[in-house]
Amino acid sequence: MSRQYETVIGLEVHVELATKTKIFCGCSTEFGGAPNTHTCPVCTGMPGSLPVLNKQVVEYALAVGLATNCGINQYCKFDRKNYFYPDNPQNYQISQLYLPICHDGWVEIETAAGKKKIGIHEIHMEEDAGKLIHDEWEDCSLVDYNRSGVPLIEIVSEPDMRSADEVIAYLEKLRLIIQYLGASDCKLQEGSMRADVNLSVREVGATQYGTRTEMKNLNSFKAIARAIEGERIRQTELLEDGKQVVQETRRWDDNKESSRAMRSKEDAQDYRYFPDPDLTPVVISDEWIARVKAAQPELRTEKLERYQKEYGLPLYDAEILTGSKHLADVFEETVKLCGRPKEVSNWLMTEAMRLLKERELEPESLAFSPENLAKLIGLVEKNVINRTVARTVFEVVFAEDADPEKYVEEHGLKVVNDEGALKTVIEELLAANPQSVADFRAGKEKAMGFIVGQTMRAMKGKADPSVVNALVRELMSR
Amino acid sequence: MSILSMTAVQLGRSIKAGEISVAEAVKASLDQIRALDPALNCFVTVDEEGALRRALEVQEKIRDGSLTGPLAGVPVAIKDNMCTEGLLTTCSSKILGNFVPTYTAEAVKNLEKAGAVILGKTNMDEFAMGSTTETSAYGETRNPWNPEHVPGGSSGGSCAAVAAGECFYALGSDTGGSIRQPSSFCGVTGLKPTYGTVSRYGLIAYGSSLDQIGPVAKDVTDCAAVLEAVSSYDKKDSTSMRRTDCDFTAALEDDVRGMRIGIPRDYFGTGLNPEVGAAVLQAARVLEEKGAVVEEFDLSLVEYAIPAYYVIASAEASSNLSRFDGVKYGYRAKDYDGLHSMYKKTRSEGFGPEVKRRIMLGSFVLSSGYYDAYYLKALRTKALIKEAFNKAFEKYDVILGPAAPAPAPRLGESLKDPLQMYLGDIYTVSVNLAGLPAMTVPCGFTESGLPIGLQLIGDCFQEKKIIRAGYAWECSREGFKLPAMAAEAAEQEVR
Amino acid sequence: MAQIITDETIEYVGILAKLELSSEEKEAAKNDMGRMLDYIDKLNELDTAGVEPMSHVFPINNVFREDVVTNGDERELILKNAPETKDGAFKVPKTVE
Repeated sequence: MSRQYETVIGLEVHVELATKTKIFCGCSTEFGGAPNTHTCPVCTGMPGSLPVLNKQVVEYALAVGLATNCGINQYCKFDRKNYFYPDNPQNYQISQLYLPICHDGWVEIETAAGKKKIGIHEIHMEEDAGKLIHDEWEDCSLVDYNRSGVPLIEIVSEPDMRSADEVIAYLEKLRLIIQYLGASDCKLQEGSMRADVNLSVREVGATQYGTRTEMKNLNSFKAIARAIEGERIRQTELLEDGKQVVQETRRWDDNKESSRAMRSKEDAQDYRYFPDPDLTPVVISDEWIARVKAAQPELRTEKLERYQKEYGLPLYDAEILTGSKHLADVFEETVKLCGRPKEVSNWLMTEAMRLLKERELEPESLAFSPENLAKLIGLVEKNVINRTVARTVFEVVFAEDADPEKYVEEHGLKVVNDEGALKTVIEELLAANPQSVADFRAGKEKAMGFIVGQTMRAMKGKADPSVVNALVRELMSR
Repeated sequence: MSILSMTAVQLGRSIKAGEISVAEAVKASLDQIRALDPALNCFVTVDEEGALRRALEVQEKIRDGSLTGPLAGVPVAIKDNMCTEGLLTTCSSKILGNFVPTYTAEAVKNLEKAGAVILGKTNMDEFAMGSTTETSAYGETRNPWNPEHVPGGSSGGSCAAVAAGECFYALGSDTGGSIRQPSSFCGVTGLKPTYGTVSRYGLIAYGSSLDQIGPVAKDVTDCAAVLEAVSSYDKKDSTSMRRTDCDFTAALEDDVRGMRIGIPRDYFGTGLNPEVGAAVLQAARVLEEKGAVVEEFDLSLVEYAIPAYYVIASAEASSNLSRFDGVKYGYRAKDYDGLHSMYKKTRSEGFGPEVKRRIMLGSFVLSSGYYDAYYLKALRTKALIKEAFNKAFEKYDVILGPAAPAPAPRLGESLKDPLQMYLGDIYTVSVNLAGLPAMTVPCGFTESGLPIGLQLIGDCFQEKKIIRAGYAWECSREGFKLPAMAAEAAEQEVR
Repeated sequence: MAQIITDETIEYVGILAKLELSSEEKEAAKNDMGRMLDYIDKLNELDTAGVEPMSHVFPINNVFREDVVTNGDERELILKNAPETKDGAFKVPKTVE
């Protein structure tokens, strides 16, 4: 290949906001639920029903806009986007085209290639669509409007990214900001954060962008990375063959690791946007903006710094802990309860992370309560259990949020410090292993380790290792 | 006097006094419907059983003192584009031929609270698109003054039913004149309130920024009383207005001394039928004699209202009516091949020609490349029209003119040429574009015996001024009369 | 200027509006729409430069709802008018190939 190409990527990120109710009606946004049990005339497009805007949606959109350095359109409006599809009960989606709430922001990302600013073109508020379930038996589709009308913000970036790494870093950055604001839980698997990738390629040094395609149906960071690579290769090959890239929407199939065009002749892609006459404009005063700014919680950068200063954690630990809002919350809560930041950090960084990895879970999935981790740390500190036992107990806390005090009690896991019982065990072992005693007396320290290990095993790990060590030495030296 | 020639407020008074029972009133209306509706077709649905049951309920509440309003026990008809829980609501369209709403429109709820007894749902132009009630999928409604003529539209069923004594009053809706024009054609009094005065929740939308529900009644007094009952701030309708001046009956005063009335010269041009023009000006003279200051002026921009209106209303309609797709309610085509075929067949079979015409036009003016030239241009024109009215209302309390350029046309004449039909909306559509209140009051008959209506337009929130002017005019003439065929039927029932 | 509405335009608008017209209906639609657009072109006589497009007649804004759940399970009512349902959902022709 003689020519050098670069990939130009922009993202459209949809985030489901953490409101209790839908954007235009009083139905619950709770995830799950039997089909159509969270619906009403408004979110199913019944004739005569009318939308009324949920104020919290504006609050969240505003908070995200301010945290991503956006300008605010203090006079913004909702428009109707008209297209026919059964997941869209009115056959128009209420969105914002002409005057979106936020515009021209940026976030800073960091990759192996260094730091870089990614521009945000705009953020707008809109409603989510319902869910289509495909029924293979009857060869039909079933429509569930529980998600219809769940509030979304769409964050449209500038075409500032050049690699999958940058895209992932940008998404991680957005996710952290939004999670820290409490505006969404941003779970990719559950679809509360979704990204469409706009991608084009051009020769290095070219000043004009190439023709772009839009890739949909990307459900994980890995899928996004694979889709970017797949599309980059597809477009480059087209150009190399002297063919044209067609501007179109493509659907990524992560199992096949390939995409196909979604175009059909029934898809005119002419959305006939116009201002929704059923909704009034939103006017955002300076005071409102000031209030949202003032209420902004500590964001990640600030937290990162504070963890190093206040808790004396190394940068690496602080980065991991603040890398998930939920993890940081668990950390802080636990520290508040037991007052031992380094110890809490160690448990989370080693044991919790190990178990998450084994189970292929995200830190958001940590389900135990800070109280129980604090109790566990207390048990170790007071020498009620030793560290080996504590690790086992932690697994139970991790899996079922068990109360470690009760668990230790019920399973008889307390450290055994009864010297008499220990002595009996050790003496039996020494009698059974005369060679070890001889070796030890001949100066081989290792031989003692063997007896210590055997003792711990006989005590089922519940003995205090330091006590065992001292006793074994004493009895072997006799 | 037959019950049926009483006005709603008169009947309400008699019911309260115990002279007439609610059931008697309801039965009289049902008899009249039975006698006349086979010929007139004012109703799509008559809820005989429901009305009789409700009559007893309301009677009991009047007896125990929990219902005391002027409309308690008075039978009403509701235009078939307002949702009524458990009662078929079709918009006179095949596509909603089997639609039974699960909730009731806010305006209708307000009437229920006032003790109204709903007789049924009235015929209309399909989805309120038309000026004759001939575009209904359930047959045209006929004018009780002359069944060879149309009743006007789109609230033709409501207006004809009131005129024929099939109900004591009705609710209509007005997007471009749909209450005022048929009121004029049927010789009844109809009022379109200021936009936002009556909740649109449960009104099946045609042009959302223009639609308003309003009363159709036998006289101005009834009109004011009904408007007072249906007006409310509704938090379910974002465009609903908080008003504290909804005591409209307080404006029923026979006193127009010092009232400044403007007559737009541009309303009396070449397109106006001379008989209509003469009757309207005669009414203006009466008001002048009663002490009003009447003067002619140039409103301007009159000829731009219709094109602007048809762009805006069709655009909104194309979007509002996209929800009728055979998925969630209403008609679904029988034979189709896949999703888009289902959509297209359902909608092509379910909608009539006029609705399709407007959906096509509306889709076109919003489509890529035409939005600015048509839709935004129309919204800019609307701003200019609003400005022209603002200027006029600096000088006048009320604008007086005709409601329609001619009396009711013969059946079948109008639909031959849609554009020509649209031109008949010249005096009414600008009022919707500007969100103003306006009322049609009868002001005489043509030589051939067709009613003529007078339109009184007020500034935003100034319903009281037009009610006062209308009431003063009404006081100078005979009260409400049934047309011959309706009076005869009513007489027969009495015997 | 007379508007010539082509077959392609009618076809395109039919796709947008999800309407399938018979050939007579198409001819009528071409004529009706052409005449109507000619008539609407009258608006071009007006100088509207610098005029803000007016969507709402009144300057009302910030009409909000509080974020409080008010609706319960209304599924039965919501599905009551549906042409076809299955397992508590609206049944439609298959949406994917």
